[in-house]
Amino acid sequence: MPVILNHLSNLIDAPRLVTQTPLLRASGLKKQYGRITAVDDVSLEVYSGEVLGIVGESGSGKSTVLRLLNLEENVEAGDYRLNISGLEAINLFTLARFQRREVQTHHIGIVYQNPHLGLRMRYTSSGNVAERLLITGERRFATLREAARVSLAASEFPLNRMDDPPRVLSGGMQQRVQLAKAIALEPKVLLLDEPTTGLDVSVQALVLDTLKRLQRERHLAIVIVSHDLGVIRTLADRVMVMRHGRVVETGLTDQVLEDPQDAYTQQLVHAKL
Amino acid sequence: MTTSLAALAAPREDYSYAFLDAYAKRELRRRTLKAIAIPGYQVPYASRELPIARGWGTGGLQVTLSLVGPESVIKVIDQGADDSVNAANLRRFITRMSGAATTTDALQATIIQSRHRIPEEVLQENQALVLQVPDPEPLRAVQSDSSKAHEMHADADYGQMWLVLYEQLVRYKQYIQGASYPSLVNGRYVISPSPIPRWDTPKLHQSPHLTLLSAGREKRLYAVPPYTDVRPLEFEDIPFQVEDQRGWICQHTGAQNKFMNEIPLADGTAAYELSDTGYMEKLSAEANGSTRGATYYDDEGNFYHAGYLKPPVQPD
Ligand SMILES: Nc1ncnc2c1ncn2[C@@H]1O[C@H](COP(=O)(O)OP(=O)(O)O)[C@@H](O)[C@H]1O
Ligand SMILES: [Mg+2]
Repeated sequence: MPVILNHLSNLIDAPRLVTQTPLLRASGLKKQYGRITAVDDVSLEVYSGEVLGIVGESGSGKSTVLRLLNLEENVEAGDYRLNISGLEAINLFTLARFQRREVQTHHIGIVYQNPHLGLRMRYTSSGNVAERLLITGERRFATLREAARVSLAASEFPLNRMDDPPRVLSGGMQQRVQLAKAIALEPKVLLLDEPTTGLDVSVQALVLDTLKRLQRERHLAIVIVSHDLGVIRTLADRVMVMRHGRVVETGLTDQVLEDPQDAYTQQLVHAKL
Repeated sequence: MTTSLAALAAPREDYSYAFLDAYAKRELRRRTLKAIAIPGYQVPYASRELPIARGWGTGGLQVTLSLVGPESVIKVIDQGADDSVNAANLRRFITRMSGAATTTDALQATIIQSRHRIPEEVLQENQALVLQVPDPEPLRAVQSDSSKAHEMHADADYGQMWLVLYEQLVRYKQYIQGASYPSLVNGRYVISPSPIPRWDTPKLHQSPHLTLLSAGREKRLYAVPPYTDVRPLEFEDIPFQVEDQRGWICQHTGAQNKFMNEIPLADGTAAYELSDTGYMEKLSAEANGSTRGATYYDDEGNFYHAGYLKPPVQPD
């Protein structure tokens, strides 16, 4: 028996989720703003190469979860680990500001719905991307230019406009600059907060194509927040439904969107159909 | 019996030596020691009112008054000149309050208080240079919130300063920051070296003398101790440049390759004269036995630390 099993296991990979540990693992996240509990006991896991979608009505705590995962704010409670060499054993929320910034810079990229949050609107687009390398100590101008070019090209930004400031660019282009900035240091985790909301439908489709391509090529762990179930359907492998700061349902995207179990999810899905 | 007003009043006391009382001096000396111990770090200090308005060199003046003694020899420079009204006022005040001697010779002075310039002759180990600083915060342009700026210094988070240089190279193909060129001290803190021209910034590097920089309005001081690395922020492949004044010849002395003032002439051309008046005086008096020291830049314009300044490179 062992002989034939061994033989088989060489031919057929065991399912990924069985052999691997998640790249990103957060549990018991809790965040309060005064009396408002924005995020309440939220747990999630994401594997490399996997896209987790977060859906829920406005104010349900989706953006707050992303800010926590980007180590921008302190939590009331929670454990957050990245399965990255040297960091496995550390709850990232316990790190000092300086170390957090290191983790954030090297391993996490983020795209905000509002480009003003993610970009310096008056600096060049290439400079916005190059800043990521400057933070890590790159001091060769030619290297910065080349890195900006490579990342902007990867996010399908027209290079003849690389030195235009985001302030003069269209919404879709601004999101591409944000994306280029987010991937410039080849992070393992990519966080997307409503990356295509507010864009024309045709532009939105192109940006989604770019995201899908990056996802295939770079094997990222992606968390995408969107209230647009179409976007989630296109990108996400699994989906997590939030309401009032809590997770009400989670599962494979097809399952949750085709056959929602929770009453709130049913409402949400049917409202969007 | 009538009592005179004078008898009723508290007995008249003279000013403390060097104007500042003992507590004020102790405060400044402690802060100065701390600043020397942490090169480039901005140390806040408690400050007394002075009979000179803020913005006229009170930051430098307080440091000078905490250092000065009866044996000191003081030189005060304003934009290179010893004879400007402001420099003369400061010099008179310092000597009246301390009994120190004064000089215009950079090498004879034990304390040089200066606004906007560092002398052309290489300062020595027994000398202290006190620079008046209008704005001590190099991060001001990128971070207006000073507590955030403080945090950025703590984290050595200078990415945005470099980004400003990147933007300059993209837009103008060169670093366009003129005076106060941001510089990294001892590999750790970025300082604004006060509004000295770029020409003077390299003089802070591995210098035998002590430099103290003090901002009166902001009540902060910082130091470049002797023999400490000071590097203007520059990309490895695009070197920092000092002002290009090649071919400018001092109309009084014929000197070249020292920092010049440009004097516009009626016919649209310009004449030039040495900005450092003490040095100009020396060159003029040389025949009369005045001795001239080594200068940071030689007559061909070579900086005395070979290799520190590099030939210009144009970005692609
Ligand atoms: N910085 C903040 N200060 C105070 N309240 C906040 C802050 N950020 C979010 N909240 C509150 O937390 C809740 C969740 O907000 P958010 O995460 O933005 O939801 P979503 O992204 O799902 O719309 C809301 O009630 C919101 O008002
Ligand atoms: Mg949101």
